Amino acid sequence: MSAVTKKEISVSSSFMDTYFGHKPTGPFASLRENAAKELAQKGLPSTKDEEYKFTPITKKIESSITNFGHAMPTNVTISDLKTHFIPGVDTYTLVFNNGILDKELSGDLPDGVSARPLSSLSEEELTEKIALAENKETDPYATLNQLAFQDGLFLEIRDKAILDKPILLLHLIKADNHGQTIHPRLIIETGKFVEATFIQLVASLDEQITFLNGLENVKVGEGSHIHHLKIQDEGKQALEVSNMVVDVPKDATFTSFVLSLQGQMIRNNLTLNLLDSNCEGNMFGIYLTNGQTHVDNHTNVDHTKPHSESNELYKGILTDKSRGVFNGKIFVRQDAQKTNAFQQNNNILLSEDAIINTKPQLEIWADDVKCSHGCTTGQLDEEALFYLRTRGISKENAKALLLYAFAGEVLEKINHETFREYCVQLVQQRLGGQNG
Amino acid sequence: MLTIKNLHASIEGTPILRGINLEVKPGEVHAIMGPNGSGKSTLASVLAGREEYEVTQGEVTFKGKDLLELNPEERAREGVFLAFQYPVEIPGVSSTNFLRTAVNQVREYRGQEPLDAVKFLSLMKEKMKLVEIDQKLLSRSLNEGFSGGEKKRNEIFQMAILEPTLSILDETDSGLDIDALKVVANGVNQLKSAEKSTIVVTHYQRLLDYIIPDFVHVLFEGRIVKSGDKNLAMELEEKGYDWIKEEVANTAV
Repeated sequence: MSAVTKKEISVSSSFMDTYFGHKPTGPFASLRENAAKELAQKGLPSTKDEEYKFTPITKKIESSITNFGHAMPTNVTISDLKTHFIPGVDTYTLVFNNGILDKELSGDLPDGVSARPLSSLSEEELTEKIALAENKETDPYATLNQLAFQDGLFLEIRDKAILDKPILLLHLIKADNHGQTIHPRLIIETGKFVEATFIQLVASLDEQITFLNGLENVKVGEGSHIHHLKIQDEGKQALEVSNMVVDVPKDATFTSFVLSLQGQMIRNNLTLNLLDSNCEGNMFGIYLTNGQTHVDNHTNVDHTKPHSESNELYKGILTDKSRGVFNGKIFVRQDAQKTNAFQQNNNILLSEDAIINTKPQLEIWADDVKCSHGCTTGQLDEEALFYLRTRGISKENAKALLLYAFAGEVLEKINHETFREYCVQLVQQRLGGQNG
Repeated sequence: MLTIKNLHASIEGTPILRGINLEVKPGEVHAIMGPNGSGKSTLASVLAGREEYEVTQGEVTFKGKDLLELNPEERAREGVFLAFQYPVEIPGVSSTNFLRTAVNQVREYRGQEPLDAVKFLSLMKEKMKLVEIDQKLLSRSLNEGFSGGEKKRNEIFQMAILEPTLSILDETDSGLDIDALKVVANGVNQLKSAEKSTIVVTHYQRLLDYIIPDFVHVLFEGRIVKSGDKNLAMELEEKGYDWIKEEVANTAV
């Protein structure tokens, strides 16, 4: 299986031993085997791959992860957990302990929602639900997840279930002597006319280096409205690749929001497949980076049928030596007439050494569509800063006011009020200053 | 209150102000007039602390303090207010939140208790009447999408809220129709007191029909070349600026 090295990626022997050293066994053996073959063929992406041009995460992983084994569930008590809940936000809570659902730490789910370990699914169900889509370009890290995940969760929501509270997906991450990697796997399927909000948090339990490689598949039901809200405020050494693939059918909407605050290197791949008419996909994100944090958001929305809509707004404020990458792909297929697709990425660089690479990528085959995209990168508006200061507002507070206003446009998109307030707090804390 | 001595300032190495001398006492209204490019707005900007301008010579004292040593926010807290010629639109910053932050930072500096939301609101309501500004405007982002007149009115409104001792109105009349001009001038007049001084920077005499100056100074090529009372403004309105230019040219020869 040394084919992996063909792409000039000198993966360590721990990597090879862990993933290719033995023939897969257990309930997912055949899936793993297929994934191994696929991965051997395509390898992990280097910066020579267009998709990973600005994000050398493979290199980072190779050079810093010494044990590719899967970290085992760690000893956590409810009281340890409390610091990781979101103040004021009442949720149904699922706790994932190094990727594995921890039943003791998790609370009850409401009527109409069921959660089952993937290992409890029948071979047939498994293949149907978690086999990677064929004929689609799958991110190599998604393939790696398929090869390496321990177990995962299948979350199902019944028709017409309207959830009164969000479902919190809390991931606790901690490396141990079994390994430094965690490959969580989550599959969400909703019935028709479901309304639900998911909140995903990742908490690094210590400052040890970890590699989190999540894969999430969401199948939204017809006429359903699903929100997925995520905060990435991880350890300074944390490495993460997150793959989320969402299928949005007729009359359904899916909204993703991600607030990235800290980590060593974070790569988010978000794919929305708008499969039918009258469906809508929304992608919102804020990255506020400092230190050496590197955050890369790759999004991909695919309009396949007439009359669908997508809205995308990502904003970044970068300082110190941090780096941001934004790549937004919009596909409008030939059938997808009357598509509305809007994309915007705006960035403010606060230091000389901060870098942003941003690229919109539109491929449009239909001829009767409304598509717009734009990206801006600039510094803080000096004239506005002066204006505020002449009213007695300190430079520091004036900066914070302006930056907060910049980020606020995205925060306003969050549907859940108390969660939005929590994000507002996090953003204000990061931006400093005092308002009011 | 304000003493300017031999003030020289330049931008990117180009001298704009070439030796301004001016004394403003409490309660006085001074008008600074002059043709385009004479340095009127530069003077206003330098007094407010705009950092692009470099003061190369001279001194400015305000209430006994070296004004040039202070940064823009400190000047504001000391009581200097600049009404901008082109007020800046700031999307996403609510007018109310901005003003409350400003008021409380100024109050903190002056050793006063911060205003809570209720007291601040009643202060706003009181001052809103003064400049006939609509509350709807204040619930929007600061100056965003405001008409020219609304922006100028908002400047005077901010001035009313912050209660400066020295107000500098930089071409506040430009772009205003006569009704808006009257409202703005009326607001300024109501805020006048024996302790407060005003510098009105304007190209036209029109505004001075409504804000009556005690002194009128003509700025030309970065210097005050002529001073007088309000009649000087009338004369300028009638004859334009050319005769001043000629006078300056003749004295130079």
